[in-house]
Amino acid sequence: MMLFGWLNIYAAVYNEEFQSIFDTSQRYGKQLLWIGTATLLGAVILFIDERFFATFGYLIYGIIILLLITVILVGSETKGATSWFAIGGFKIQPSEFSKFATNLALAKYLSTINIRLDHLKTKLAAAAIIGLPAVLILLQNDTGSALVYGAFIFVLYREGLSGNFLLIGLFAAVLFVITLLLQDVTLTLPFELTLSGASLLIMVIFILLTSIYFASRQKKKIVIWLGMILIASVGLIKSVDYVFSNVLEPHQSKRINVLLGLESDPQGAGYNVNQSLIAIGSGGFSGKGYLEGTQTKYDFVPEQSTDFIFCTIGEEWGFIGSFLIVGLFMTFLLRILFLCSRQRSAFARIYGYGVAAIFFFHFAINIGMTIGLAPVIGIPLPFFSYGGSSLWGFTILLFVFIKMDADRLEVL
Amino acid sequence: MKKQLESRRFVIAMIFLAVGVIYVARLFYVQVLDDHYKLDADNNVLRRIVKYPARGLVYDRNGKLLVFNEAAYDLMVTPKRIQEPFDTLAFCRLIGIDKADFIEKIDKAKKYSRYKASIFEKEISAKGYAKIQEQLFNYPGFFVQTRTLRSYPQQTAAHVLGYVGEVNAKKVADDPYYKSGDQLGISGIEKSYENALRGKRGVERVLVDVFNREKGKFMEGAYDSSAISGSKLQLTLDNELQQYGELLMQNKKGSIVAIEPKTGEILALISAPTYDPNLLVGRARSSNYKTLTQDTLNPLFNRAIMAKYPPGSTFKSINALIGMQEGVLSPNTYYSCNQGYYFAGRKMGCHVHRSPVNLVYSIETSCNAYYCNVFRSIIEKYPTAAEGYLAWRDYVTKFGLGQKTGIDIPNELEGFVPGTDYYDRYYGEGRWKALTILSLAIGQGELGFTPLQMANMTATIANRGYSISPHLVKSISDEPLVLIDSTLERRETGINQEHFKEVVEAMAKVVKQGTGTLAKLDSIEVCGKTGTVQNPQGDDHSTFIAFAPKNDPKIALSVYVENGVWGSRWAAPIAGLMVEKYLNDTIAENRKWIEKRMLEGVLIANSAEEEE
Ligand SMILES: [Zn+2]
Repeated sequence: MMLFGWLNIYAAVYNEEFQSIFDTSQRYGKQLLWIGTATLLGAVILFIDERFFATFGYLIYGIIILLLITVILVGSETKGATSWFAIGGFKIQPSEFSKFATNLALAKYLSTINIRLDHLKTKLAAAAIIGLPAVLILLQNDTGSALVYGAFIFVLYREGLSGNFLLIGLFAAVLFVITLLLQDVTLTLPFELTLSGASLLIMVIFILLTSIYFASRQKKKIVIWLGMILIASVGLIKSVDYVFSNVLEPHQSKRINVLLGLESDPQGAGYNVNQSLIAIGSGGFSGKGYLEGTQTKYDFVPEQSTDFIFCTIGEEWGFIGSFLIVGLFMTFLLRILFLCSRQRSAFARIYGYGVAAIFFFHFAINIGMTIGLAPVIGIPLPFFSYGGSSLWGFTILLFVFIKMDADRLEVL
Repeated sequence: MKKQLESRRFVIAMIFLAVGVIYVARLFYVQVLDDHYKLDADNNVLRRIVKYPARGLVYDRNGKLLVFNEAAYDLMVTPKRIQEPFDTLAFCRLIGIDKADFIEKIDKAKKYSRYKASIFEKEISAKGYAKIQEQLFNYPGFFVQTRTLRSYPQQTAAHVLGYVGEVNAKKVADDPYYKSGDQLGISGIEKSYENALRGKRGVERVLVDVFNREKGKFMEGAYDSSAISGSKLQLTLDNELQQYGELLMQNKKGSIVAIEPKTGEILALISAPTYDPNLLVGRARSSNYKTLTQDTLNPLFNRAIMAKYPPGSTFKSINALIGMQEGVLSPNTYYSCNQGYYFAGRKMGCHVHRSPVNLVYSIETSCNAYYCNVFRSIIEKYPTAAEGYLAWRDYVTKFGLGQKTGIDIPNELEGFVPGTDYYDRYYGEGRWKALTILSLAIGQGELGFTPLQMANMTATIANRGYSISPHLVKSISDEPLVLIDSTLERRETGINQEHFKEVVEAMAKVVKQGTGTLAKLDSIEVCGKTGTVQNPQGDDHSTFIAFAPKNDPKIALSVYVENGVWGSRWAAPIAGLMVEKYLNDTIAENRKWIEKRMLEGVLIANSAEEEE
């Protein structure tokens, strides 16, 4: 899989002037170096005792948090995000490793005996473990990487978090979208009254909740819940409205709007997605052949060796190739889920779910954005995108789990 | 509780799978079902680069080069590539523009595209280019693109050659061959032979990256085609004769058209005043064009094919021929003339000459009374004036008069021979007769013919009864036009050849001892007829038709000199000099004085005064 990924980076930046595959000044050359070191790293991890990770989970977490703080203070800046340490010609991105550390810490915490997620205190503690690095990364201006921490909701759900949280999350997301859709709608009523889209939405929700109330038999019990939902909804709608028009930079809100089909702007914010779709779409069923992709080779797709690497696959290998990749990821994710379920230690199991959740989130967002189904959030496709830190990060994340799985029989 | 949580892994697995399935479905739609992304992709990377062919060269009948292509240079700009600091002042000095110009041009280029190159300054000469080229590397974002401009080394025959200009929006919309910015022939030969001259454009398809940088040929050039140069045109014009005629007509208004009677080949087509065709080339074209259109002498107006004049007395030859063919006139028909023709208490005046007059003498002395009688006898041969008139009119049109000759340059005028409806409207049906329209007898009145039609008429007399469609192109890519152009035809007049004998004889006498003696040559027998065209706006126009040699005509021509009054005064000597130049190549010593007088003659001052 790593090899496949590397071949694609080679294709993405393939240029006849640079024939040497091992030229480290070129991206594919560098990536080869990263792959080599990552393989070495994986091998080393396999020799480390599993208990090392369990024991030093918090320590590793602590070190990473410190690194995250340091990078904000002294890191170098790339595209508005200060998330890099530049060491020689190579750059290290601590946020790529913090996913692993957070997962480790979360697994360690949740696997502690007598921890139950239906206790408020536990919930708060877990949220803190996840939230701290997320906030720090947010402070680095790397929104995409911060959002990845949302993936841990799957882990929490699996470990006993009420399903309602998944539903509430879904409900919030739907409300969020509807609010944006209605943001420019103004309803004109008789008697010269006007109603903004947001107010209209609140009224609809209010009517909906009231009717539920009257339809319900246990009026006293439900009224508190309905009231809370109402307050939460109003809060969300109002804050989305506010955030959108007052907090977000114009280019950020534009990106979201384009995704929702509210704005069409092929040369602007929608440009990336449009070009990406053209590249993938032009691949057809069987693709243009390896290194034959015109769209990706001639730089029509931006960031094609990093965030939009999937375009290269789509264009050069066609539907067959992209189906294979999606299938590969699906198999990989389900395999991890299966491995989780056979773990005897709670620590390994929770860690495994974390691995699956992180990989899933990256997969879903990265491929989703190239085919116009997810917002354009700059996060890499595991093992495919160019970038040493992410490759190392994913390698560590995965191999630690493989090691745990290999050692599962010993833990009794 | 634990069991219940166990089962949650299925929920998670389902969510993962659902996303996977949705993505595969979407990919299937985008990559297999939906086609438009593939087209977009081609538009992204493929650039058609049009290869412009060299426009065809034009030669005269003797192989003298009349039109060729000269390299010109367009200064191009890609606004995005301009680098600060930019020394605007130095740059403006280099190009020869001022700062306001510079800002305007840059804004225009930016409006077109910041990333794509567009023309900053058009058609810089080779000399200007040499200067700019040395400095241009200092100004990134600017580069020079070569193209060709027409050049006219003989500086002659502007009205025949026409000019080339940028295609207009309408043409682009109508004809898919042309793209905005293309050059095409706008008038003259350049227009009528556009398809032959333009050649065939080539196309090169190259792959480009997002910055428009070329990355190589598409499919190794399998779909490329190279440009094919335009065809070479050889004209029927004789460059020396053309230039000589233009010289003779300098400072005069009017026209000379000379035709080789046997072939219909036009040897010279002069409209005076003329202009240097090089004026309508390159960046100065629009300003020069404006100047030319504002000139009161109207140099852009091609009098040879667009001006119509009454034929005047030159038309008497035609009436004589019609009369003989109609059997109402013979060489021995005599009419008396007492300084004019008297009818219904009115008089058509004539000059003093001996009387009675026979056919030959009538032409020689240009007797008006004689032709009033001839015309009347033609018309009155028929039961009604209308029938008689139509019969007469039929002959006239068979001489190619009052209808387009079909010359191969655009905008030819039809001329005018009134129909019966014209007189019916004017006088009332059945209320006009020969006497009503008697001015036609002497070539005045409503008649209006172009100098080209008159030259063609003269060629018909020279050929004793037929003409060949007059044309300006001899061959295209060395293939004779007669083999290519099916519209070239021999046109019969329906007048028996023997009737021409007396008329030709008379025309020879006109030159030998009559009104056209200034066209007389020692070595060659020239036939001609003078004419004076009544001009209500000012001095009458001087006209002369001639052909020579008498028995094997090599050249037939018509000359009009506006405000030249008598045909004998200007038109006849000019016609004689043209014939002499063409047939003898040099002007005889004893005729040099005539040449000098013609060259020095100035007739445009008169008209200028009148126009004020
Ligand atoms: Zn007379």
